[in-house]
Amino acid sequence: MNKLKRVSEKLNLGSTFTLLFLVLIWSIPTVGLLITSLRRRSDAEVSPWWDAIFNPLETAWTTEAFRNVAESGMLDALVNTFAVTIPATILPLMIAANAAYAFTFLNFKGKEVVFSLMVGLMVVPLQAALIPVLRGMVWFQKTVDIQLTGTYASAWIVHSAFAMPLAIYIIRNYMLTIPTSLIEAARIDGASYYKIFWSLVLPLSMPAIASFAIFQFLWVWNDYLIAFIFVGQGSPVLTYELLKLLGQYGQGWQDVAAGAFISLIVPLMVFLGLQRYFVRGLTSGSVK
Amino acid sequence: MGDIIFGLIAVTFGIVASYGLYWLLNALLSLLPEKILRRVQWLAFLTPALVLVALVLLAPIVQTFVWSFMDKRVENYVGFDNYIALFTDPDFLSVLVNNLLWVLVVPAVTVAIGTAVATLTNQVGPNREKIFKTLIFMPMSISFVAAATIWSLTYAYVPPGRPEIGILNSVMVGLGLEAQPWLTISDGKLNTFLLMAVLVWLQVGYSMVIISAAIKAVPEETLEAAKLDAANAWQVFRHIILPQVWGSIMAVFVTVLILVMKIFDVVLAMTGGNFDTSVLALEWFTAFFESREIGPASAIVVVLFVLIVPLMYVQIRTVKKQEELR
Repeated sequence: MNKLKRVSEKLNLGSTFTLLFLVLIWSIPTVGLLITSLRRRSDAEVSPWWDAIFNPLETAWTTEAFRNVAESGMLDALVNTFAVTIPATILPLMIAANAAYAFTFLNFKGKEVVFSLMVGLMVVPLQAALIPVLRGMVWFQKTVDIQLTGTYASAWIVHSAFAMPLAIYIIRNYMLTIPTSLIEAARIDGASYYKIFWSLVLPLSMPAIASFAIFQFLWVWNDYLIAFIFVGQGSPVLTYELLKLLGQYGQGWQDVAAGAFISLIVPLMVFLGLQRYFVRGLTSGSVK
Repeated sequence: MGDIIFGLIAVTFGIVASYGLYWLLNALLSLLPEKILRRVQWLAFLTPALVLVALVLLAPIVQTFVWSFMDKRVENYVGFDNYIALFTDPDFLSVLVNNLLWVLVVPAVTVAIGTAVATLTNQVGPNREKIFKTLIFMPMSISFVAAATIWSLTYAYVPPGRPEIGILNSVMVGLGLEAQPWLTISDGKLNTFLLMAVLVWLQVGYSMVIISAAIKAVPEETLEAAKLDAANAWQVFRHIILPQVWGSIMAVFVTVLILVMKIFDVVLAMTGGNFDTSVLALEWFTAFFESREIGPASAIVVVLFVLIVPLMYVQIRTVKKQEELR
């Protein structure tokens, strides 16, 4: 009996089983979704998904649902989502890196006040700005005749602006660790501040920029609100299409499940591939 | 295919244009005499960010405040009418109660489970730790809408006669109970609690990662000392680990709190705010996009804003503290 207890302690069986239990609860819903997406409508309607796991050989596995939703717009939505997400990740990082550089290495009047304002803006609910921004864009396109709402560009602008406070904060925190003597040395060698930014500070800040890039990518990819308001049904993104599918689950859960799977596969790959950087970004405080 | 090519061109153009913008700003400023240049140099780097934040964030927020005192089509000032209408509407008060419940339950539960998982994974060795952490963390990468889909399937209800396809109801039937249309049951706010479960499921990974990093930073000596004093595992956790990771726990708590106050997508996707589950951000959404009532919608968002301001203060204070430590 004593021996058994010792072995159990050594392997941490108690902790392992508790965790195993938690992990099961955490994973089962997602597994259910994946299984459902691979079933026929006639099966998914009348029997629960775990029937398919317990009788894997008798189940008619099919990718029919994936073909269905791909044809009904999910594939276009995938392309649209990339078109929204990639610039909406790169642009704010570029703008924020420049701004962080000014906040870290240049001196000007009111710097502290402006920076405090930025920090304060980090928690502002984005809903507080959206309606005026939308109306401002409509007014703009009436005045100068350049279409903004309903285009990718409007989403890029809005996402860039909302990312600004946090991105500046994170990147500045990292830039503070770059020794000022390095900048001064380059100045003495006759390099301009512009040159110092592009060839010295920007490359050195890459770790912070990279981990924020992962965040911004996931955030924009997964966003529903901004895409719905500014891009809309003209070029619907994945979250938009998925919500539409969810409203039609009467057509069978397999289609909804396949749609959800298409929408989450890219962020999941990014997450699994770059988990280390993601965690590093989290622990350095980059969270919306 | 045409879409993809157009997209690529747009992306390239956008990036080149923004690089060009900084180049141009710098070139223009360089024309200035050295003496003046030194004082305005920062403009070359900060102008785009400031313009963006001023136009898309600051000015619109001010505008929202002003509009909250105007009528539906923002033509006339109506004083506090929008606010009076909100706070005398029993439906809106019930929405506030829902928000309050979210705020009371979700951050606390998320932090509690996160701390438990972080502590347990710290004991099982690096291999198992990695697998468990990845699986708990995974939901963090998916969208609220996808999460809502996953859980809608879990809570799915099939009227009696056919087998249940949702796990929850299947368990109910297995226990000899009756299947329930869960998301429509507002007694005891049951459906709101079921929606909260989705958010907890999404956020525990985040809370675990931060708290786990803090636990790993606890100095070995303090743990050794406790062991010499023959403290048991619970005592070590309660008196040695917990006090040292408390700062991180509070940071996670505030972050989740802010997120929860703005909660919107999960409710929209799962119940559409029906069956007494609506929250502030969703009320704002319907007031604007369905009823086109700009004044009242702005008032709702101002209420949300006012509730978040104290947290803004906490945020700035934490940042200031970190700066001083530097």
